Amino acid sequence: MGANEEGVIGKAVRRKEDARFLTGTGQYTDDVNQPNQTQAFFLRSPHAHAKIRGIDTAKAKASPGVVAVYTGADLEGVNGLPCGWLIHSTDGTPMKEPPHPVLAKGKVRYVGDHVALVIAETLAQAKDAAELIEVDYEVLPSVVNPIDALKPGAPQIHDEAPGNKCYTWALGDKAAVDAAFSKAAHVTRLDLVNNRLIPNAIEPRAAVASYSRADDAYTLYTTSQNPHVERLLMTAFVLGLPEHKVRVIAPDVGGGFGSKIYLYAEETAMVWAAKRVNRPIKWACERSESFLSDAHGRDHVTRAELALDKDGKFLALRVHTVAAMGAYLSTFASCIPTILYATLLAGQYTTPAIYAEVTAAFTNTAPVDAYRGAGRPEATYVVERIVHQAAAETGIAQDELRRRNFIRTFPYQTPVALLYDTGGYDACLDEANRMADVKGFAARKAESAKHGKLRGLGYASYIEACGLAPSNIAGALGARAGLFEAGEVRVHPTGSVTVFTGSHSHGQGHETTFAQVVAGRLGIPVENVDVVHGDTGRVVFGMGTYGSRSLAVGGTAIVKAVDKVIDKGKKIAAHLLEAAETDIEFRDGKFTVAGTDRSKAFGEVALAAYVPHNYPLDRLEPGLNETAFYDPTNFTFPAGTHVCEVEIDPDTGVVKVVQFCACDDFGNIINPMIVEGQVHGGVAQGLGQAMLENCVYDPKSGQLLTGTYMDYAMPRADDLPSFKVGTKVTPCTHNPLGAKGCGEAGAIGAPAAFMNAVMDALAAVGVKHFDMPATPHRVWAAIQSAKHA
Amino acid sequence: MAVTLSLSVNGKPVHATVDPRTLLVELLRNHLGLTGTHVGCDTAQCGACTVLVDDRAVKACNVLAAQMEGAKVVTIEGIAAADGTLHPMQAAFKECHGLQCGFCTTGMVMSAIDLVNRHPKASEAKIREELEGNLCRCTGYHNIVKAVQHGAAAMGK
Ligand code: FES
Ligand code: FES
Repeated sequence: MGANEEGVIGKAVRRKEDARFLTGTGQYTDDVNQPNQTQAFFLRSPHAHAKIRGIDTAKAKASPGVVAVYTGADLEGVNGLPCGWLIHSTDGTPMKEPPHPVLAKGKVRYVGDHVALVIAETLAQAKDAAELIEVDYEVLPSVVNPIDALKPGAPQIHDEAPGNKCYTWALGDKAAVDAAFSKAAHVTRLDLVNNRLIPNAIEPRAAVASYSRADDAYTLYTTSQNPHVERLLMTAFVLGLPEHKVRVIAPDVGGGFGSKIYLYAEETAMVWAAKRVNRPIKWACERSESFLSDAHGRDHVTRAELALDKDGKFLALRVHTVAAMGAYLSTFASCIPTILYATLLAGQYTTPAIYAEVTAAFTNTAPVDAYRGAGRPEATYVVERIVHQAAAETGIAQDELRRRNFIRTFPYQTPVALLYDTGGYDACLDEANRMADVKGFAARKAESAKHGKLRGLGYASYIEACGLAPSNIAGALGARAGLFEAGEVRVHPTGSVTVFTGSHSHGQGHETTFAQVVAGRLGIPVENVDVVHGDTGRVVFGMGTYGSRSLAVGGTAIVKAVDKVIDKGKKIAAHLLEAAETDIEFRDGKFTVAGTDRSKAFGEVALAAYVPHNYPLDRLEPGLNETAFYDPTNFTFPAGTHVCEVEIDPDTGVVKVVQFCACDDFGNIINPMIVEGQVHGGVAQGLGQAMLENCVYDPKSGQLLTGTYMDYAMPRADDLPSFKVGTKVTPCTHNPLGAKGCGEAGAIGAPAAFMNAVMDALAAVGVKHFDMPATPHRVWAAIQSAKHA
Repeated sequence: MAVTLSLSVNGKPVHATVDPRTLLVELLRNHLGLTGTHVGCDTAQCGACTVLVDDRAVKACNVLAAQMEGAKVVTIEGIAAADGTLHPMQAAFKECHGLQCGFCTTGMVMSAIDLVNRHPKASEAKIREELEGNLCRCTGYHNIVKAVQHGAAAMGK
């Protein structure tokens, strides 16, 4: 590690990408226009569940400006959208995978389901024509709640999934758990709903698809977090196109949070249609469409039970969860409430026996898939809410009960499949306590009481499994793809560098962080490194960005490529300096003969590689361009403690977050400014879930009731406080950066910390539990019913 | 039927003939190629489309282009100096990491400029209240508030 590396790594370098975003010169998909472009509009189902008896498109086709109208019947030979993860039920049978047609065939299964694609010269013409499509629906009864969907006699959504059951999956030792419960000194029970959320990246989804007859090739601009995966799924599984004939470009993307991972019907239908109409097609999702058709998140109903001994040691945890899948299986839907959920139920604790059973149900709603945290917020919510409740019941202080159960020896094998490599849970808890001035809480509570307010303090000591994922382990668990990452480091003749990464930045600042990693390692200025991402035509391969994997996995692939560059550089330098290769050291941007002052600068070596006049051509290829693929050997385990303090007005039910402190261990940090920003954003989303956001479908009609920003309460600036953010570091042991990932932590810790604070405040008036979001009405109602209990 | 109108956009005269239902944001994005003004919703709630009209912040998705006759419109593309030096509010957003994906950012910066023009000494609470019409899903607003405070100080100099 040279001086420059010390100078760049760990510094709050201001972001390279900001210049274009701040001047309006970013290029988002909706900013892309092609010559001779047409406009697409999707006719969507107005019904939650209906048979399609017939569709008449004749009038629409004859409408002014219409180029083409397509329905499911036209998509001959096009397969359904695939699910990337195969889960097996406890009886050994594979999950039920009903077809997920690109455009509805015979039936619609949620409000917003895709019925027809209308392509016209202008958007207004496309919309006008869509109104002329006559669909003969036979409306069927619908079911939107996963518990109701599993009841006998519920409307049957797919013939292939009797009783609307996708799978019942289990993890852990049931017998050991039962035995532990039978000798427990205390058992805490809690029924929890993890409320359904709509991701709401501020940039709605969009796509521009075009086809070149001359090359028989397609180009798709789209709002994707993982363009290579999108291309692979679309070409190999759905459209049957050769991959090399399809280029997917995800330019600047305005936030994702999971919702832009998936292969959606819209862009798939557009690529298919681009060849038929032989013109570019553009589609920009309107916000109300995005509420209906983006994959939603969470939607779990859980019963949890925790067994404790007389000293407050956790003996066992038993969890039964019903998870909604929505009407169809989205790309990663099946693994979220299983592999990314139940495996996290050990939390930071030594609980020796854990058993989780998860039943996934189809419902007449938009598909449910990963949303920031994806399974891990749900697990943390279960564990941390029940730990809070156990503390309240046993009278042990909240932090003390956690401390009594912390894991302190690593590596640690949990009873739910994961092997934690490292961590330091006490350090984060202690620091969070200090940041939150927990010592002064009693006085603050007394002060609030003087004004008739209830004050509460809540903790969440969360863990997450990030850095997805060791491909062999993921494969054994049902993944149908690898989960490695690729990086390419292209050194130009003058020594500047372009990095090509398979990770995708849609707000995370990779263009800066990755440049810091490379500049630090090569000993060159950050300005000399540019990062390219989001284009299958330029980047060798990529699995994309989700699960807080970009630095730990994508960054490591880049480090490996940089190391190959350095290795080759040493060979070149040895030749130039007439020294043995083993004597060459690389530091501070220079190749030096050890123990001498004879050296060649990085730029000189690069030039020699491209102008190989004096070069070992008999042994070495010219050029300095290296690619590496990196498949991690384990998950990474970011963890931390969040402490939330609330003040409640019992007369109105209004909850104010007066303080939120987060102390997180993300391993080594490259750019602390960016990391803090990730935590802020995550916490805001977590608090949004806990305080405000709730996706509601009408149980009778299946209509989405929260389909606009007037009905779905997004957190706004005046709903939130400023946050206090701190870090502690135990470096990840199995990647060279020692990085664990930071993108989801806030959204994982915040809901439980907030709800625990609310329950702490309301304990005084006899309230034990109610479900998120803690809107004034729910809080007030809980206080009233406790009063009258 | 089409309407013709004359206005100034980023200091330059613009004469346009548009369909009467054309929104200001459509005029900017589709006719003038000023794609820095974004569309994030269809209910005038998100603020991604915010521009200055006669020095006041306006949601460009919520006014018709036809209403802009004679108006002075300034978009995100029009606030930096001619030599490219960022407006103090743009610089403050960069310095304070007040943006992540950048999608809300252009509207956020325009709102912030209007906010500071009206309340040069706004408190944190006032800034938060004033930003109520601009949604950001990435930053949790923490660094946006900081940026507005920094930007206000720099604009006051
Ligand atoms: S696009 Fe104008 S407020 Fe959302
Ligand atoms: S920076 Fe992404 S929405 Fe604000």
